[in-house]
Amino acid sequence: MKTNDLILQTTTKVVLFIIILFSFHIFFAGHYTPGGGFVGGLLTSGAIILLMLAFDMKTVSLILPVNYIYMAATGLLFAGGTAAGALLFNVPLLTHAFGHVDLPILGDTALHTATIFDLGVFLVVVGVTMTIIQTIGEDE
Amino acid sequence: MKEMINFLILPLLIPFLTGILLIFFAKNVVIQRWIAAFSAFFNVIIAFLLVQKVRNDGILTLDVSSWQAPFGITLVSDMISALLVLTTTIIALTSVIYSFRSIGIERERYFYYPALNFLIVGVIGAFTTGDIFNLFVFFEVLLMASYVLLVLGGTKIQLRETIKYILVNVISSALFVIAVAYLYSVVGTLNMAHISVRLNELGQSGIITVIAVLFLIVFGLKGGIFPLYFWLPGSYYAPPAPVMALFGALLTKVGVYAIMRTYTLFFIHDTGYTHQLLMILTIITIIVGVIGAIAFSDIKKIIIYNIIVAIGVILFGVSVMTPDSIAGSVFYLIHDMIIKAGLFLLIGIIIAITGTSDLRKISGLIKRYPGLGWTFFLAALVLAGIPPFSGFVGKVLIVKGGFESEHYWGAGIVLTSSLLVLFSIMKIFINGFWGTPQDYKGEDKVPVRKLLIAPVILVTISVLYGAGSEFIFPYISQAAETLANPSIYIDAVLKEW
Repeated sequence: MKTNDLILQTTTKVVLFIIILFSFHIFFAGHYTPGGGFVGGLLTSGAIILLMLAFDMKTVSLILPVNYIYMAATGLLFAGGTAAGALLFNVPLLTHAFGHVDLPILGDTALHTATIFDLGVFLVVVGVTMTIIQTIGEDE
Repeated sequence: MKEMINFLILPLLIPFLTGILLIFFAKNVVIQRWIAAFSAFFNVIIAFLLVQKVRNDGILTLDVSSWQAPFGITLVSDMISALLVLTTTIIALTSVIYSFRSIGIERERYFYYPALNFLIVGVIGAFTTGDIFNLFVFFEVLLMASYVLLVLGGTKIQLRETIKYILVNVISSALFVIAVAYLYSVVGTLNMAHISVRLNELGQSGIITVIAVLFLIVFGLKGGIFPLYFWLPGSYYAPPAPVMALFGALLTKVGVYAIMRTYTLFFIHDTGYTHQLLMILTIITIIVGVIGAIAFSDIKKIIIYNIIVAIGVILFGVSVMTPDSIAGSVFYLIHDMIIKAGLFLLIGIIIAITGTSDLRKISGLIKRYPGLGWTFFLAALVLAGIPPFSGFVGKVLIVKGGFESEHYWGAGIVLTSSLLVLFSIMKIFINGFWGTPQDYKGEDKVPVRKLLIAPVILVTISVLYGAGSEFIFPYISQAAETLANPSIYIDAVLKEW
């Protein structure tokens, strides 16, 4: 059966970018306010799932040729690496470093190694969620 | 070089990073094997150095993320924790070596080695953490990995048992969180040393006894004490031999360790109730385990019920709570982890040769496989605790503690159980290895010699552990001393309190 999902597809093309941008916003907001890698990751995977619903899994895997298992592993590597990085400086595991840096254009920016850790969380969440969804979706 | 303050985290970090790395090499089995074996071997050395360091410097602590105890999560490596970590790394190494020739390429391609490494992370984390909620987290880590290992391969029996296993563990995890929440609402802290201090100040009260029993239920479900062992014989029966060895040697022992820790550090104010209850349960556990071990004529089932017996024996020593019996429990715990892993790997070879685990269909193996036969015989003697093997030393101490504190019945049952354990394991030897040799279908394809490497390592360590008990005992008594005197643990964690 061929369904007519023109409205869904058109809306998705626009909404997708809003959701993804918002997820990045939430990701960085997690620095000082509620948010962070976990919610951000869920929002991003939500956006990708919407894309899968509007089109189909084959099309989506053409647009985003990502191996989500490797993505999750990369995330773990980021998080684990940030945690283990403390060993190089002989401070307790997971101890973070932070400071203010004057960047061009952005000006005075607070940089924190926890962001790298959070990026790891983000990647793990997207990777794992998408692996689960793909595995369930493939069964048909 | 400056002293490395993160040393105690290394045995945990190495399998963690190895597990991640192995995901990237999922399709290249040869590289996976090399990395897994090398990292497991390296970890044994690190764990050995850790034990030496704890022996020389006393309890090591690490306030993760630089949050001072009791506010952050603290990792604590005292002697019992270090010894258990060392034992875990040895079992991990031998399971990895054994897996090369037995687990099958299909499983290896589908994240077998990463899951194995994450399981080790969970187990070592549970042994090392000094924070009760963090203990829950590491339980979850090891459970997640164990779900993967149990279901990997997807045979019918595995799928059926995995559903049961997940159900039991989800419920027990929920109970765990509830128990921690109760405890937190009473003492207002999660740091284990700090909990102990607060409980000392509060003294004995009814609610704490309730919490103690709740913890016993939670850890008893993981550890498999009566009447909470019901899921264990089924679930451990399903996976292939190396996974069975990991589960049988490590997972139940994490539960046992948790009971040991909480019942020597937290709940020591109403021992008349809590430890009495523990003792009654452990004695019934021993009896039920022995009945199972004798009654079944399936070699896997016999060894599985022997796990239950051992859990009863170890926890009986804890429930008696004399310095001798605790030292005996620690000694026996390590002995049992090593020899159970060895036995599971050995019966894995028998099953690979004969294609069945039904003892009635096996006979005369010793004619064609003398190496296997004699290794098994030695393992049987070690398990039953025939002097001078390692099971003997632990049991003597436990029984001695039992008699000294006038628990004649319990000590008597522990003694009798050794005889029946010997009977149950000799049944395998007599029926399986003696008698008329048979031809089994496909036995030529089994690389028996290569498979034997891992169990021979384990049995050798076991024999040395018993023969060198004079040399090892200072380590054991240091571990038991910390367990018997919570103040040593507390002072090490809460330095300036």
